[in-house]
Order: sequence, then structure tokens, then C-alpha cells
Amino acid sequence: MKELVKSLPDNRESSTALGFWIYLMTDCILFASLFATYAVLRNNTAGGPSSHELFELPFVLTETLLLLTSSLTCGFALLAGLRGHKKQVILWLVVTFALGASFLAMEITEFSKFINEGAGFDRSGFLSSFFTLVGTHGLHITVGLFWAALLGIQIAIQGINQVTSKRLFLFSLFWHFLDIVWIFIFTIVYLMGVL
Amino acid sequence: MTTSSHNQSKKNQGSYISYVIGFLLSLALTLGAYFLVSGYINSHNLTHSLLIFAIIGLASIQLCIQLIFFLHLGQEKKPRFNLITFLFMLVVLGIIVVGSLWIMQNLDYNMMPKEMDHYMQEQNKKGF
Repeated sequence: MKELVKSLPDNRESSTALGFWIYLMTDCILFASLFATYAVLRNNTAGGPSSHELFELPFVLTETLLLLTSSLTCGFALLAGLRGHKKQVILWLVVTFALGASFLAMEITEFSKFINEGAGFDRSGFLSSFFTLVGTHGLHITVGLFWAALLGIQIAIQGINQVTSKRLFLFSLFWHFLDIVWIFIFTIVYLMGVL
Repeated sequence: MTTSSHNQSKKNQGSYISYVIGFLLSLALTLGAYFLVSGYINSHNLTHSLLIFAIIGLASIQLCIQLIFFLHLGQEKKPRFNLITFLFMLVVLGIIVVGSLWIMQNLDYNMMPKEMDHYMQEQNKKGF
């Protein structure tokens, strides 16, 4: 087992990791343009519901805590992978998946509630930019959930080798990145939205 | 050999601890921002601009904490490509966000009814 761990590459220094990191940075710019759009349009409610009337802070806080905890368990999966503990990696990936799926379920609940109240993305400029920004984040989370599931299955079958440990590392970068984007959605969209 | 494997396990132990520290700090900052805002809604104990400054500040601190404890930014060997691309991304992000807000606010101001009237009168004088 020790030899196996030693033979694993130092993922942090690999060119794949650098390439993936540059992808994440360009993704940040995508989110920056969506944040700018939201900031410009946030008061353009066209007579429809405003952010004060729509957002419920305790609900959003629960979402935030779910995603933050999943970021921690994802880090634990990475650390277990570095030590070559296959069962622990799968366990932490399952926990991460469950927390991420709960987050996504809450977000879909919120979206469908807004749409049923007549506050869909076609109601006003504010709601269009809100659904685009938060929905793009939710889409990333959905992709991350598929990735976590496939990675878990691959590790269950193949164990921890060079390929799976690299993928585990890239997945952890992606998942932590999504949590960082959410900090700003929580602050700029929700907290500043109810002020 | 024993010392090196001992050091190795100590190092690993440390990284679990660093993730937990990062998590607890992030948790405290999230709850701090949340209670600042909910406290403001109930009692209006701060000025509005100070509160916005405070919660943006808390989010930025949390960004730094997660970058250091979860993404280990700045802990790579030279050349620090990850750090360089990150800083470049921040520059582009700043230009997009500040530039958009600046331009749109200017447009908003210049398109107000009074300014629009003035503009159209000027254009009419030119014979448009």
C-alpha cells in the first residue's frame, strides 16, 4: 500500500492540473459577467416582485451550509485518496454527493416556488439575471454530481491508481471552486437582496 | 525510515486539521454575515453602506481562507502559474464588473427624462 501511495504523482504540479486550473479561472470570468449583469439589473423589477419579497434567508443559509459541508467532505475524500484508503474515498464521495444533491434539490424547490408565484425568469430583468446567475451555478453543481458519481464507481472498480487519483484531485478543485462562487451568490444576491 | 513515515503521518494529520480549520473559519464568517444582515433587518443598528461594506469584506476574507485551506493556492513550487493565472483572472474580473457598473450607471444618468429632453432639443436645433 505504501509503495502505491508513493507511486502516485504529485497532482498539484502536473500540467493537467494547471490546465484544469486555467479552465476554472475562465469559468470565474463567465460568473463575473453574470454577476455584473445581475448587479446592473437587480432593481429593474418591471412592477413584479422584488428581491425583498422573494428571498427567504433561513432557507438560503441552509443551502449555504450544505454546500460548505460538502466542500469539507470532498477535501476529506482527496486526503483519503492521497493515503490510498479506497473505502474512505468512496464513503466521503458518497457523503459529498448526498450533500450536493440536497443543495440542488433545495435550489430546484426554490426555483419552482418562484415560478409558481408568477416570478419566473420571464417576469422582469431582475428575475432573468437572477435565474441565469444562480441557474448557471446550479448547472455546474449538476455536472459535479454526475462527475462525483462516475468517479466513485470508477474508484470502486479500479481502486486508487494514477488515473483515478488525478481525477479525484481535479474533482476536488472543481467542487471547492463551486463553493467559492456560492459565497458570492449568497452575499451579493441573497444577503444584499434583502437589505 | 521510521522517522520519515512518522513525519509523513504527522503531515497528513496536519492536512486533515487544516481542512477542518478552513471549514470552521468559513462557517463563522458565513454565520457572521448572516446575523449581521438579520440583525440589521430587525433593528437597523448600522448604516446601510457600512453593512454592505462589512458583508462584502466577510465574503472576501472567506474567499482567501478557502483559497489557502482548500485550494492550497500559493503553496506550489516556482514558477507559480496557478497564482499568476489567478491574479490575472482577478484583473479581468475587476475590469468586467467595475466597467459594466460604471458604464451602465452613466447611461442610466444620461437617459433620465430631464437629460433626454435636453439632448433631443439640442438635436432638434441641429435640424434632425
